[in-house]
Amino acid sequence: MSTTLTTKEAPAGGDPSPSWISERSGRGDAIFKGLTIAAAALILLALASVFIFLFTQGFAGFTQPAEVYSKYGSSFWGYVWPLLASTIVASLIALIIAVPLAIGIALVITQYAPSWLSTPVAYVIDLLAAVPSVVYGLWAGIYLAPKLVPIYEWLHEHLGFIPLFGDVVSSGRSISTAGLVLAIMILPIITAISREVFSRTPRLHREAALALGATRWEMIRMTVFPYGRSGVISAVMLGLGRALGETMAVVMVLSPGTLFTFNLFSGSNTPSIAANIALRYKERSEGTLEVLIATGLVLFLLTFAINFAARWAVARSERKLAG
Amino acid sequence: MAKSIDVSDLDIYYGDFLAVQGVNMTIRARSVTAFIGPSGCGKSTFLRSLNRMHEVIPGARVEGKVSVDGQSLYDANVDPVAVRRQIGMVFQRPNPFPTMSIYDNVLAGNRLNSKRMKKSEADAIVERSLKGANLWGEVKDRLGKPGMGLSGGQQQRLCIARAIAVEPQVLLMDEPCSALDPISTSAIEDLIHELKTQFTIVIVTHNMQQAARVSDETGFFNLKGAGQPGHLVEFNSTEKMFANPDNDATEAYISGRFG
Amino acid sequence: MSIQSPPASSPTLTHARLPRQAPLMVGAVAVAVTAIGLVLGLGSVAAVLIGALVFLVVLPVWSLAVENRRSATDRMMTGLIWATFFVALAPLVSLVWTVVAEGSQALSGTFFTYSFYRTSLDQPVGVYHAIMGTLVITGVAALISVPVGILTAIYLIEYGKKNTFSRVVTFLVDVMTGIPSIVAGLFAFALFTLIFGPGHQSGLGGAVALSLLMIPTVVRATEEMLRLVPDDLREAAYALGTPRWRTIVRVVLPTSVGGIIAGVTLAVARVIGETAPLLLIAGIVQRTNFNPFDGSMTTLPVLIFSERNKGNIEIVWGAALVLMVLVMLLNVIARVLGKILAPKQG
Repeated sequence: MSTTLTTKEAPAGGDPSPSWISERSGRGDAIFKGLTIAAAALILLALASVFIFLFTQGFAGFTQPAEVYSKYGSSFWGYVWPLLASTIVASLIALIIAVPLAIGIALVITQYAPSWLSTPVAYVIDLLAAVPSVVYGLWAGIYLAPKLVPIYEWLHEHLGFIPLFGDVVSSGRSISTAGLVLAIMILPIITAISREVFSRTPRLHREAALALGATRWEMIRMTVFPYGRSGVISAVMLGLGRALGETMAVVMVLSPGTLFTFNLFSGSNTPSIAANIALRYKERSEGTLEVLIATGLVLFLLTFAINFAARWAVARSERKLAG
Repeated sequence: MAKSIDVSDLDIYYGDFLAVQGVNMTIRARSVTAFIGPSGCGKSTFLRSLNRMHEVIPGARVEGKVSVDGQSLYDANVDPVAVRRQIGMVFQRPNPFPTMSIYDNVLAGNRLNSKRMKKSEADAIVERSLKGANLWGEVKDRLGKPGMGLSGGQQQRLCIARAIAVEPQVLLMDEPCSALDPISTSAIEDLIHELKTQFTIVIVTHNMQQAARVSDETGFFNLKGAGQPGHLVEFNSTEKMFANPDNDATEAYISGRFG
Repeated sequence: MSIQSPPASSPTLTHARLPRQAPLMVGAVAVAVTAIGLVLGLGSVAAVLIGALVFLVVLPVWSLAVENRRSATDRMMTGLIWATFFVALAPLVSLVWTVVAEGSQALSGTFFTYSFYRTSLDQPVGVYHAIMGTLVITGVAALISVPVGILTAIYLIEYGKKNTFSRVVTFLVDVMTGIPSIVAGLFAFALFTLIFGPGHQSGLGGAVALSLLMIPTVVRATEEMLRLVPDDLREAAYALGTPRWRTIVRVVLPTSVGGIIAGVTLAVARVIGETAPLLLIAGIVQRTNFNPFDGSMTTLPVLIFSERNKGNIEIVWGAALVLMVLVMLLNVIARVLGKILAPKQG
């Protein structure tokens, strides 16, 4: 497959073009190039087999007898939607918390901090990305969750008429805590990309705004934000993709139930898709594995679509700024 | 509304590095003052210190005095934002805001001060400023289009329109024609002539013919030597500068025998 | 404090301004409020929050009273934007503090030298088996990913300049970056189930899953480094009659080796903390297992997860500390190597 795709290359030992690009027909060259092509083809093969495996193995998961789905529903759709809903709710909470913080930190690094300070600030935020997710889960489940209960109680007491702020589980291990941990985990990704696009705001435009008598914040609103908007959007989408697929932080923080609820403080919400796989892969009952793989396929397609949209937004913004 | 600028004993530093040393001059109101000199002699730095734009670079500071009609720019209670509002600036390369239309670009400065402007008022400012920048005829039918779609020379005139829309007292121009072709350059030079009836204009240029064409007075900046700070060598009427300068170095530079 | 404005006919450069030390003064007030809150018996978190709130409200309000709306907005945004950084700092500090404080109690000589497998009742338990499992699985994953990743990057940069195949591969590498780790685990699980029958668990399976996550990082890092090698350097080698592959191996790779090693180290640091895929495919075992081809293999993250569920908290914190130190060490190594081995400019 790979060989047919590379016929564009000049045939080995072909025309004696003086350009350095032309291939010398040495055997070493042929072998080395073959190796690199094989490596690239292996990636293609690996990804193709991920797709094929998830499809072939997961396909049976769509049409199992009703009792296999009985945990959450009576059909595949009935099984997957509460999981999907939890996945999306937790990720949205994460975005709502992380995006303003990430944009603020990116502004600190690129616009506010003096240059001797901006590198350490960026480094500290990168450290957040280095912490393994299982350690986040551990810390949040044991240490953070109980500390959040008073805040949840307060919200429930004063804003309890909003269905989101229902009864509070005493352990604090609810979907809102999971969302908060996800927020901390995706914060560095969104910060890193926003920082990149903000720092590329042309100096000329920033100076134009300042020379018109703009304050620093007005300058940021006039030049940095419009310039970096599509980059930030794609950063947010990449962060969302990461949050959707994250497993351990949700498994270790959320106490799982079987019924989806919009009460963010409930102690028995359905787990996210990824968390559900980690929780149930050991169940050896007939058909469970297929169903889990099918849900994995749903998750894969979802993150694929979101990442794809993010890349598209980046490419579009780069074209726009280049033109 | 144009004002004169008095500069006395001005030193400009970047951190510990002394970039410009000991400048004294008086820039007359409603006239064009040009600064010439070799690259890196500090003329742009000096220009930027006239509206405190050099402060954008971390570590930059000045010692000495700059006053506009008697009001010192560097007093503790002077707001750099207010300074820049009244001393406008046009840059080397045209820099309209890429995400804004022509109309919004012109109004960018005005919108900072008054959130809600009447449509008629805004229209009047846009028309007046674009006419002032000799651009109205070319763009009046496409005010909603992005400013980036204009040619380089038109973009630069748009930037001038944007700068004069807030009715500043002084207009600083930092090599405004260096990125433009000769036809656009001549359009800008004509414009400078017209603008000086209303504004005090200070222009930095690499092009000595341009200085001779547009300015009433000229300052020649030079380095005292490699690694030394820049300083003002001579400040005189343009006529005198180009015909019979007081300083030998000025004459050498102007006649091309620089070195 | 303010000087009289010049005659009203012309707009002024001056208006009443807050003293230059205004933020410091308000900051001092905020600190004082925090201290009073602490003395009055507020929780430390609550006291700090109230102090921050005081700062964020007082300065803009003061500015609004003395200066104008625009200055007040600017001061408020400056405060809020700096606040975001400290908000993000809070969980990091809390997490590192908790892990170090709790974890250091578990550390001892036996913690590193014993596994969970006891031959007698009074034998101490440790995480030796998990450390070894982590090293073996991550090592095997690196053995798979590094050659594949580097060779792919070489193909993309040196050979496949923008042809269809290289575009497809670039796109797939993008797709791979987005694979959720649990899906990679599921894939390995399903693949090895198909080959070796149901219930198969091995370190190799885990390494395969981790490779899926690691390869795109290695490809990206290597690509970036190869792009930095100037074309003149390649042309100089070709001009000497050096064959292309020798140019790549002898000239291009050595020039970019620092960045590539740094990138690989960061990729290792990323996957060394992976839990979900290994839970599925590498499994949990009490004994030390060095053979990735045979039998379950526990890694530190999986041990943290499983022992946490059993309530074995002390061991868990200790393991978390070891894991954190490993990851941080790798990050520091990557940074230092990247700096030391970076091609000298000019």
